[in-house]
Amino acid sequence: MPRSQERALHADTVTLAAGEGGEFHAPGIGEFLGLPELFFADTPFAIDRIVMVRLIAIAIMLVLFYIGLRKAKRVPGHGQSLAELAIDFVKTQIVDQVLGEKHGKRFLPLLTAMFFGIFAMNITGIIPGANIAGTSLIGMPLLLGLVAYVVFIYAGIKEHGAPGFFRAQLFPSGVPWPVYIILTPVEFINIFVVRPLSLALRLLLNMMVGHLLLVLCFAATHFFFFSAGGLYSLFGIGTLAFGFIFTLVELAVAVLQAYVFTLLTAVYIQQSVSHEH
Amino acid sequence: MSSLIIAAEEATATNPFIPADYDIIWSAVVFVVIAAFFGFYAIPKFRKILDDRAAVIEGGIAKAENAQAEAAAQLEKYNQLLAEGRAEAAEVREKARTEGAAILAELKEQAQAESARILANAQTQIEAERQAALVSLRAEVGTLAIDLASRVVGETLTDDKKAAGLVDRFLADLESSESAKAGQ
Repeated sequence: MPRSQERALHADTVTLAAGEGGEFHAPGIGEFLGLPELFFADTPFAIDRIVMVRLIAIAIMLVLFYIGLRKAKRVPGHGQSLAELAIDFVKTQIVDQVLGEKHGKRFLPLLTAMFFGIFAMNITGIIPGANIAGTSLIGMPLLLGLVAYVVFIYAGIKEHGAPGFFRAQLFPSGVPWPVYIILTPVEFINIFVVRPLSLALRLLLNMMVGHLLLVLCFAATHFFFFSAGGLYSLFGIGTLAFGFIFTLVELAVAVLQAYVFTLLTAVYIQQSVSHEH
Repeated sequence: MSSLIIAAEEATATNPFIPADYDIIWSAVVFVVIAAFFGFYAIPKFRKILDDRAAVIEGGIAKAENAQAEAAAQLEKYNQLLAEGRAEAAEVREKARTEGAAILAELKEQAQAESARILANAQTQIEAERQAALVSLRAEVGTLAIDLASRVVGETLTDDKKAAGLVDRFLADLESSESAKAGQ
């Protein structure tokens, strides 16, 4: 079965389920997968709703930064102040604090790109019209995890040379040698398998769950108000309130996940380049 | 067989942890664009403006410090000049005073010397004149006395030697009688 057909079918069942008046349909994986392909269908460049949201979010974020920094002056205007404040937040709170001046200077561009990229794609989860985080599809978190992985290994190898780096990571000094029998495999799995995957999955699942919670709240509100009717409408007020609260929570989560992802990447780089492990 | 393939495809389509090709491709495109934007535009610009601001602030501080140092130097110089001027004035005054005193002393000395010289001159002159008067008087008185005596005595004292002896005797008598008178 061609992919678009299959997607269409999947989408149909979703809309069908949602459209059936009295039934309440809990949101599921169909929120993220099997969405109709809007452009370039059936090619590797297919664009569905989530990819489109990503592209638009990034375009807006880049344009805002561009406007802010376009006419950078000694005495900044409002836009420039905001742009500088944002970059300075990442610089002082994450990069300089974790990596210090010397290494921080090298990795500042990458880490700011990560932070603002993730934030822009997270925040779309609560922006009306988009209503889905660009990071709630595995590709983006996985790619970012991979970038972090490559960067911290590259940084370590560049700092210590490949043998030095792997020795420092897998055979941390200061323990008696029999401990290595257990410690080395654990460290290997931790550093070279768990780190990138945990980065990717933490971001992905946070954004997926956040979206599902919001959909659940608002779908339930819709159901109670328009399908159930009567006294059930009172439940709708409750679910709407929850939706409101979770929207605020999602706002915090959007910033927090960008922060956590970037901070952990910085910490991993720091551990790679550090001279005492 | 075909149902197996469909099942596999469906598994991929419903497994949220296996990325679809388009997902990975657009993720990469998006990330490359962001990284390029921050790497080549935003961060360099951010650093440039921060450096510029830091340079301006540092420049301003340096300028202020320079100005302060210059002012201090000027003040020092002014004070030094003032002190020099004062010292010079005092020196000039002192010099003038000593010079004045010296001139005064010199003048006094000169005047004294002059007066002494004049006095000495006068005394010498007086002495000389007295001597001259004495000599001429002696000669004249002698002649007169001899003339008178020769007339009185009637003898001519032509012999000069005798005459001079006579006169001297006479004068000596005269002087002794004078001093005797004065002594009384």
